[in-house]
Amino acid sequence: MVERDRLGRVISHVVLLLGVLVVAFPVYVTLIASTQTSQQIVQQVPMSLAPGGHMLETYRVALFGGETSYGGKVAPVAPMLWVSFVSAMTIAIGKIAISLLSAFAFVYFRFPGRGLCFWLVFVTLMLPVEVRILPTYEVISNLSMLNSYAGLTVPLIASATATFLFRQFFLTVPDELVEASRIDGAGPMRFFKDVLVPLSTTSIAALFVIQFIYGWNQYLWPLLVTTDESMYPIVMGIKRMFAGGDAANEWNVIMATAILAMLPPAFVVLAMQRWFVKGLVDTEK
Amino acid sequence: MNRRYVLSTLVSLTGLVTLPAQAQTEIQWWHSMGGALGEWVNDLAKDFNASQKDYKVVPTFKGTYDESMTAAIAAFRSGNAPHILQVFEVGTATMMASKGAIVPVGKVMADAGVKFDPKAYVPAVAGYYTAPSGQMLSFPFNSSTTVFHYNKDAFKAAGLDPENPPKTWPEVTLAAAKLKAGGHKCPFTTSWVSWTQLESFSAWHNVEFATKGNGMRGIDTRLAFNTPLHVRHIENLANMSKQGLFVYKGRGNAADATFVSGECAMTTGSSALYGNIKRNAKFASGISTLPYYPDVPGAPQNTVIGGASLWVMSGKKPDEYKGVGQFFAHLSKADEAAKSHQRTGYLPVTIASYELTEKSGFYKQNPGTDVSVTQMIRKTTDKSRGIRLGNFVQIRTIIDEEMENIWSGKKSAQEGIDSAVKRGNEQLERFEKANKS
Amino acid sequence: MAVEKRVRFKSWWLPWVLIAPQMAIILVFFFWPAGRTLYQSVLTQDAFGTSTQFVGLENFNRLWEDETYLASFKTTALFSVLVAVLGLSIALLLAVMADRVTRGATIYKTLLIWPYAVAPAVAGVLWLFMFAPSVGIVSYALRALGFEWNHLLNGNHAMALIVMAAVWKQISYNFLFFLAGLQSIPKSLIEAAAIDGARPWRRFWTIVFPLLSPTTFFLLVINVVYAFFETFAIVDAATNGGPGKDTAILVYKLYYDGFKALDLGGSAVQSAVLMAIVIALTVVQFRYVEKKVQY
Repeated sequence: MVERDRLGRVISHVVLLLGVLVVAFPVYVTLIASTQTSQQIVQQVPMSLAPGGHMLETYRVALFGGETSYGGKVAPVAPMLWVSFVSAMTIAIGKIAISLLSAFAFVYFRFPGRGLCFWLVFVTLMLPVEVRILPTYEVISNLSMLNSYAGLTVPLIASATATFLFRQFFLTVPDELVEASRIDGAGPMRFFKDVLVPLSTTSIAALFVIQFIYGWNQYLWPLLVTTDESMYPIVMGIKRMFAGGDAANEWNVIMATAILAMLPPAFVVLAMQRWFVKGLVDTEK
Repeated sequence: MNRRYVLSTLVSLTGLVTLPAQAQTEIQWWHSMGGALGEWVNDLAKDFNASQKDYKVVPTFKGTYDESMTAAIAAFRSGNAPHILQVFEVGTATMMASKGAIVPVGKVMADAGVKFDPKAYVPAVAGYYTAPSGQMLSFPFNSSTTVFHYNKDAFKAAGLDPENPPKTWPEVTLAAAKLKAGGHKCPFTTSWVSWTQLESFSAWHNVEFATKGNGMRGIDTRLAFNTPLHVRHIENLANMSKQGLFVYKGRGNAADATFVSGECAMTTGSSALYGNIKRNAKFASGISTLPYYPDVPGAPQNTVIGGASLWVMSGKKPDEYKGVGQFFAHLSKADEAAKSHQRTGYLPVTIASYELTEKSGFYKQNPGTDVSVTQMIRKTTDKSRGIRLGNFVQIRTIIDEEMENIWSGKKSAQEGIDSAVKRGNEQLERFEKANKS
Repeated sequence: MAVEKRVRFKSWWLPWVLIAPQMAIILVFFFWPAGRTLYQSVLTQDAFGTSTQFVGLENFNRLWEDETYLASFKTTALFSVLVAVLGLSIALLLAVMADRVTRGATIYKTLLIWPYAVAPAVAGVLWLFMFAPSVGIVSYALRALGFEWNHLLNGNHAMALIVMAAVWKQISYNFLFFLAGLQSIPKSLIEAAAIDGARPWRRFWTIVFPLLSPTTFFLLVINVVYAFFETFAIVDAATNGGPGKDTAILVYKLYYDGFKALDLGGSAVQSAVLMAIVIALTVVQFRYVEKKVQY
């Protein structure tokens, strides 16, 4: 912003700090819980907010597998992280790619049934995966896509959020740019590739973060679609640590695994910051 | 060397080398045991697989009981069902009603040629999963029952005798009052409200929770827990709640954590909580029998189990069923069942395994772990053998909701119970209609 | 689509090719399974589908005769309004602030977006940890302020809890998109207004907010859909719809019937009803609210 008034800046920082405190507090609790022993977490109520001294051994068990103090074996996290990573990347990239193309078509072309198709795409938001999960499983099974990356990812690409966002963004792009590229003799795809997509980097970056995390945190669908434990994503690994019945949970290892599971998305968030560059569109009015 | 000798040696060597690996029949087992219990499941499969060469049991964790049910349904509808599925006890009627989806365990064992004596199983455990005809429908796997846990240190501090826990509900109220007078914030709480305070309560007092032997004898059963006895008990609890003697800590087993942390001094909950307490509690704790009302004839009778059993899905090959039968036979062996019982705290499946455990001195070294068994090892009556209701999951939720209305003072005990019975009966009617054939 | 671009490309085949991948996927993986799901609303089946009866509108009638279902419409409306309004306004405030600061911007942004990555399975547990009456950290703090927190028996506390949990998740999401939207507002416009003497507050409402409206509209629709459809896991983890039925929002009952009670017919009917409601809401939004959006 233009003014350099101190009060404004102090207020901004205060608000942001409060926001961070509220929003990031649960993450802090998770971190602290992962540094204590399970007994400490359960016995001391409320749980102490100071870091405990057991961070190294808990994370060692969580990362590399091994025996825990309860006699439960922890499967190493690395293979599950890989499955989650591949799935999340595929879902994010897949969604963004096909949505860029569709939104482009909906906004910059006129063709019969356009309105209907847009609404068909849009309606996919109105029935979440969980509700239609049984028949979707049947389709995947019939296509022999069980226990595969394709089965894990393709049904989750069928969603409208990205198309809707790109539609919103494309509608704000000034017409002059289209005319300019027309004058240059470029066809629609040229315009798309050279002008529209570079303009959309901020939206793409935001969507990538969201869709990556969405794919990363999938639980119910992978649970149904995989029986081979080598295809289990990381969230299933976390869920598997919750003992069934009324037995004791090993909270510290669970929390440590949860923190580990949050690291790759954190890296994605950090990496995408670079793309949030200001003022890509600076037209002369 | 003699040429023939060399030749025959070579031939036999080649024979050894080219002997095809035994094509093991795989048996898929879907379960919901996470954490240390998951290890137990894996070890069971490992032991069985090592003990013979024909079959390989492959256990797969498929989420919580609800999630693995959904997974199994999806898989079954697409022809990919597992052989064995672990289903919680309240899903028993649902599994039974899915005619054509399951094969009764009794039949599996008989077809596999396995010697199978239903009387060898602990009556109150197996009875829950047995048809009125005596045929066992599912294999009792991880069963627990309702017991009374109490904090010995808190008792001492309040001037109560830690070795003399309250055995009746009036005694519980008195103990709670003393605890509260001593400053204790949460004298008594409970987990699994429907299971401990209504279902097991009924069996323990030898009264029906639902008609037709709690649904064992017919699908036209209706709820029956609006008798004066039940209303009186819930009213007592409601009064205790008003006085701060009973503090409600949530549905399901949410209250367990409050006992283990020392926040609440007494709780009625699952016997399977024992392992958690032993590992995590900072205080000395004890287990006793579920409280009862001494003026009710026939009390105490036996309690009702919770937990899950193993069901066998249909549509598999006969050879695979043979493997399943052998696996169940393996699990029923006295030493195997005893090992599982001691390792997990779940009830022993067979009487022989109970006696074996007793002989080994396990109960002496772990006082209180035999309470659950002694509550179950009696001969059951028609009213206490177990509960089989359709839409049981919904009924339990309805009971949870109405009990919350009572504890919060929105409804009186009579109103809440009547509501629960009325709404629950709607569920039973619907189930009956849907399964008329 | 009411809004049109004046300039368009002409091609009779290209648009079809462009939308083909998305249409193919949604036809196979959405419409076909959705159709089968909705078809189940006229059936009664056992869980495994081994016996099926056609029952027409019976599942539908059963819904309307259930007074608790009708009561949950009100609960859902209250919940959704609170979640959408709180989620959008708090996130907008934070995004505007984050856009202003230069020092520590990256850290703030990361810390505010990152919580979105907390796996729902873990988030549910965390909320229980923090809010457990008498032992949770937050309950402890509230009691120190003289506020007896008990969401187990107090319906209002329970509603507050699920609203907080739902909003918390959405703040990160909304924040991210608001930030992206703010970044694409040309600096030159804002500088021009400043030169004209407009104060920050005025600049925000006359320039920034209107230019942000496409993003805001997007988020409004998405948040409404989120509140109606994606929040069952939170209710399941935090309150199970209790105490009594005080937090049983429509989608929770839907999810409960489909997954726990295994009443697939009932669940399918509720899906149809919920879908109809949200489609109607969305049409209203597109027809009336989008008019105010400046592209």
